[in-house]
Order: sequence, then C-alpha cells, then structure tokens
Amino acid sequence: MKKQISIFQPKLSWLAIPFAIIFIAYFVVPLILTLIVSFWDYTEYSIIPDFIFGNYFYIFQGCFTLEDGLCLTFKTYISTFFFCFFTWLITLLLGFCVAYFLAFYVNSLPIQITLFLICTIPFWTSNVIRMVSWIPLLGRNGLVNETLISIGIIQEPVEWLLYSSFSVVLALVHLYTLFMIVPIFNSMLRIDKEVIEAAYDSGASQFQIIINVIIPLCKPGIIIGSIFVITVVMGDFLTIGIMGGQQLASIGKIINTEMNYLQLPGAAANSVILLLITIFIIIVMTKFIDIRKEL
Amino acid sequence: MHKIGSKGFLIFLSIFVSFVIFLYGPIFSIILLSFQGPSGGLTFPLNGFSFYWFGELWRGSGLVDIGASFRRSIGLGIFVMVLTVILSVSAGLAFRKKFFGSDLLFYTTIASLIVPSIVLSLGVALEFRLIDSLIITLGETLEIESIMETFQTSLGMYTSGFGAQLTWTLPFGLLIMFAIFNRFDKSLEEASRDLGANSYQTFWYVVFPIIAPSIVGIALFGFTLSYDELARSSQVMGATNTLPLDLRGLTTTVTTPIIYALGTITTSISFLVIGLCLSLVYILRYRKIK
Repeated sequence: MKKQISIFQPKLSWLAIPFAIIFIAYFVVPLILTLIVSFWDYTEYSIIPDFIFGNYFYIFQGCFTLEDGLCLTFKTYISTFFFCFFTWLITLLLGFCVAYFLAFYVNSLPIQITLFLICTIPFWTSNVIRMVSWIPLLGRNGLVNETLISIGIIQEPVEWLLYSSFSVVLALVHLYTLFMIVPIFNSMLRIDKEVIEAAYDSGASQFQIIINVIIPLCKPGIIIGSIFVITVVMGDFLTIGIMGGQQLASIGKIINTEMNYLQLPGAAANSVILLLITIFIIIVMTKFIDIRKEL
Repeated sequence: MHKIGSKGFLIFLSIFVSFVIFLYGPIFSIILLSFQGPSGGLTFPLNGFSFYWFGELWRGSGLVDIGASFRRSIGLGIFVMVLTVILSVSAGLAFRKKFFGSDLLFYTTIASLIVPSIVLSLGVALEFRLIDSLIITLGETLEIESIMETFQTSLGMYTSGFGAQLTWTLPFGLLIMFAIFNRFDKSLEEASRDLGANSYQTFWYVVFPIIAPSIVGIALFGFTLSYDELARSSQVMGATNTLPLDLRGLTTTVTTPIIYALGTITTSISFLVIGLCLSLVYILRYRKIK
C-alpha cells in the first residue's frame, strides 16, 4: 500500500537545497573554521595561519599540577556545571509539575491550549528585558527585601538576591523552564489514559502512579528537555553576565571576553572544548531515545 | 483519579498558578514602573504616574540612537521571518520522503538548535573575518582601489547576521513542519490527484490550507526569535547594533526607569505580534472547521 502512494507522490527533495545551503554556510563551515583556527597563532592585531597547540596548552596551563589549587579553567567549568545542575534540577521539577497539571488535570482542549500558550508567550519576548525585570523585585531596595523587612523576617536588606549565583539560577529557570515543559507535556499527551486508570484501579496511589507509570513513560520528553536546558546553560554568557553583575565566571563568558579582545584562536580553542563536552553530554543522554520518533 | 477539586488537583493547580505569576510578575512590575513620574527610581514604590520616561526615550536623552537600532531590528526580523517561512515550508515538503542526506540534514538542524550560541556566533564571525582578509588580499594584489580605500568588513546584518539568526529560527520551523506532516492525512492528496489536480493545484488548494495555521506559527517564531535574538547575534552584526544588543549595553549603564520604558515598548511590540499571529491561527482554524 505504501509503495503505491509513493508512486504518485512527486519527488520534492530539491526543495531542501536552500535550507541545506543555509546550514552549510552558517553552521557547518563556521564550526569547521572554529576547529581550524583553534590551532592558529595570533598577535594583538591579527591571526596567523599555523598549526600549534599553544591555545590548548594555555587553557590547561597549571591544571595538572595541584600545587596552586585549581586552575582558572577548571574553576570556570565547575562554576558552569554548578549553574547547569541547579537550573536543570529546578526546571525539571517545575516543568514536570506544570506539564503534569496541563496534561492530566485540564480536560478541555481549548483551555489546555490557552494555558499552554500562557506558558509559551514569554519565550517570544526579549530575554534581556526578562532579566532586567527582576531588578525592581530583587534589588537592595526591591520588593522582596522591602516586604521581608516590613514583615519583620529580616532587619537589613539581603544582598545576595541580585547579582549573585541565586539571581543567575533564578533567571535561567525563568527563561528556560519552557524547554522542559514542552517535551514533557508532549510525552504525557501520548500516555494512554487507560494505563493510568488500570494502575489506579489496582490500588496504586497518585504518587506511585507518577513514579512508576508516568515518569518512565515520559522519559524521552524528560531527556529532550534536559538536553535543551543543559546545553543552553553550558554555553550561556548573557544571563550569567547580566544577572551575575559581570562578577561570576562561565565558560561562555570567557569565550565572549576573548572575542572582544580579538583573541580569536584562543576563543576558538575554548569553543572546541566546550563543544566536545556538550557533545559528550548529549551522546550520554541520547543513548536512551530516538529523537525523531518523538515529534 | 485526576479529579478536579481533589487534593492533588489543588496542589498542582497552585504550582501552575505560582509558575504563571513567576513568569509574568517581573515583566508587569517593570511595565508599572515605566509609568512613573520624573522622580521615579528603579524600584517600588511608584513615584507618581506619567509618561515622562517614554518622553525621555522619545527625545533619546543620553542614549545611543535607539530609534535606529529599533528600525533595524524590525527590518531584520521581517527578513528573517520571510526566509524562515519559505525555507522551513519547502524543506518540510522535501522531508516528507526520505532523500539522499535527509537524516544528516535533520540531525544537523537539531544540532544547530543545541550548539552553544556563543560557539556559533564565534564561528560565523571567524568565517566572515577570513572572507574579509581574503577580500583585502585580493584587493591589494589586483590593486582594486575601491577595495583598498573603502573596504571595512563583510560582517553585517544582511550578510552574517541574518544567517546566524536563521540557525536558531529554522530548526523551530522545521520541527513545526514535522509535527504537522506526521499527523497529515495523505488520503486527502490522493483524492485531489484522483480528481485530476496536478501537484501545484494539490499543494495550493489542498495541502496549503491545511498547513496554513502552522505556517503562521513558523512566522511567529521567525519574527519574534530574530527580533529578540542576542546570543547568536552578539558577534556577527558588524558595525551596526540591533535593539537587543543596545539593550544589553544599557543594562550596565542606565540607572533610570528609561530602560523600563524601553522594555515596556519592545515587550508591547512582541505581545502585539504574538497576538496578531495567534488570532490569525485561530481564524484560519475556525474557517477550516466551518
């Protein structure tokens, strides 16, 4: 039967050519060039074609002798992993709960779509403004401090609300929880309601059903969401920069700074390492699923 | 078990409501604060009510030329939107059947979505800087005067900038096309062909009306993601700045509610575009059902 249909379907593969050209010109070639330039030499004014490992040596300088404590690169990665882990954990819990509510408690499709859109709309607005909008709430004289003082929980304004690791994670959660909600919600919609009914009739509690039925069936959604959140935080330099008051370190910020000083081969070497780590994380996570089946 | 009114319902409802407040609370607080009087500060309480800071913004006091970067961002957004729609829809049609390299192209597209933006921005910037040095060397060896005297850089909004943004908008476009075609009833096309329609007629009169709401969705992603894009754009816009780039600079220098006024305006524009697109999707769907 399938074959019969395909006879009548016109071959349209040429339509993918412009699409492919964009990705070759603006994705594949740039990444290859990044790899090549990471072996180049540079001066203050220019970059020089070469094949040296100096840029990589420089990154790991002092990293394998334990005399002076951790080297800058390791410290930066630890800081980046720290933001990754907490953002991942919170977005996962929050995203799961929100998706669970939408998928199982909201029975009317129009309401479901409306509530889903309410969660999505901020994604289509400016990230910078969404970060700036925390200032009146978290600042020294912000709403949170004022409220806590007036209730009497604290006497002095709390300083760590803004321009701190706390505000960075808060902003990352604020920006990227949607990346968890969408794939988990998508997985949940595919769960046969009768499976849940069966578990319920057999005497399972809601908690048991979530742990033993829903979470295993949502695994692909959870993994896709986790990949999105982890990769976006791994390369982040804007949120950590703006919400960290330009005081906190991340690998993305190092690359950005090197680029601003036109140390392009150095930035390229850092990018290659970041990319390898990101790819490693993704490979480990995708061992379990086939992304294409999830659409 | 998922009964409305049950204990579990109340718990998850309260989580959902808190999440929505968490999502929208901050943005509404800066919208409120942007309408303060001239003595207003960056935090609550509100100091009077006026349009003073919008006036200041209009006069451009103390800021870089926001108006110009605003127009540039709108222009680039529309350009990226049009390209995103055309390229995603055509690729979506191609992807309905397996073709040489289709898997590779699909995984490249997904990879583009999750590659760290700063790495991509660096790569595109490198590419165009290398093109620059190529052009300059060429100009010097061939002694082309116009190049030797005036050439600055090939980096720009419509050379490197739009491409870097497309690597972010196109994956969303293609995923939307996949989602619609995975649920597409092919017998409709068969019927159309059986009735004697050629492939163009089948596309325009059968397929297109069905996928039209999704195309509006792709346009929505194309425009809004470009209009607000910053991470991938950060190194590739050349001498010009888009609005998000200027905004980012202002976060460290501006200490008056003028930045809130700007935030209110750009957020309003985003809301306006989102509202328009969603209404259009709704109208297209409704018409289809009728």
